[in-house]
Amino acid sequence: MDFTVIAFYLFAFTAVASGLLVVLSRNPVHSVLWLILTFFSAAGLFVLMGAEYVAMLLAIVYVGAVAVLFLFVVMMLDVDFVELRSGVSKYLPLGLLIGAILLMELGLIFGHWTFAEDALSLRAAVTPDMAETHNTIALGKLIYTDYIYMFQASGMILLVAMIGAIVLTLRHRKDVKRQVIADQILRNPKDAMELKDVKSGQGL
Amino acid sequence: MITLEHYLALAAVLFTIGIFGIFVNRKNVIIILMSIELMLLAVNINFVAFSTHLNDLVGQIFTLFVLTVAAAEAAIGLAILVCFFRNRGTIAVEDVNVMKG
Repeated sequence: MDFTVIAFYLFAFTAVASGLLVVLSRNPVHSVLWLILTFFSAAGLFVLMGAEYVAMLLAIVYVGAVAVLFLFVVMMLDVDFVELRSGVSKYLPLGLLIGAILLMELGLIFGHWTFAEDALSLRAAVTPDMAETHNTIALGKLIYTDYIYMFQASGMILLVAMIGAIVLTLRHRKDVKRQVIADQILRNPKDAMELKDVKSGQGL
Repeated sequence: MITLEHYLALAAVLFTIGIFGIFVNRKNVIIILMSIELMLLAVNINFVAFSTHLNDLVGQIFTLFVLTVAAAEAAIGLAILVCFFRNRGTIAVEDVNVMKG
């Protein structure tokens, strides 16, 4: 048994098992934690395939940002999750049926497809020799040249998502005193304070 | 020897788990969002498997864009969820009928 074979089966089994636990665990916090394990094992698979950049991206973006976001929301919302799980046993047969049908349909394709004859000549960006360069460098050279507009568009998508999330969740509470900078700047020393000439020993 | 088909089989199983999760947890939006993330992960595994098998880097670049869209979708989805919870006090999918759709 080769090391890559053992590593593949280890990561694949972990991914499938934790993926199942994501959808089946009773506590949503546990679901998020299993989701993190799934992403980590998928990152391991990407490293096995030789796509190190995507693997690190998965670890940083998914585990570091998306999963933590899920964790925050799950813990922040005061929801009765037991009540939300009440219909699971009712939907389980239907879910199993649809899952089995889908898996069967996907399984029918296996072993019965081939690459097109000119598949290798249709490649848009052939991977350079990895002995001379790295995966990240090769990807960067491609992203910043041929795919620069798509890269900028994805940045724009993230900006719109950020603004949208802020607009959706921001609320102005009436009962909180806030700093109004315009009022502070427009304050006049003449209105704000009064000078009094106090004689010594007498007071006001 | 690990071939392309191994990775495709794994991705198919993960995708099925995602669909299964959506059907089983029909009430809990958070788990539904997580199932969508699982399905996108399966798609990403497919992309990277084909990319490394055919020695074509474009698959990995597309994975990057899928990841971006998935992150944006999760952020917006959770923001809508928080907003909905503030107004209605519940996140059960069956109660989402404000727009009478």
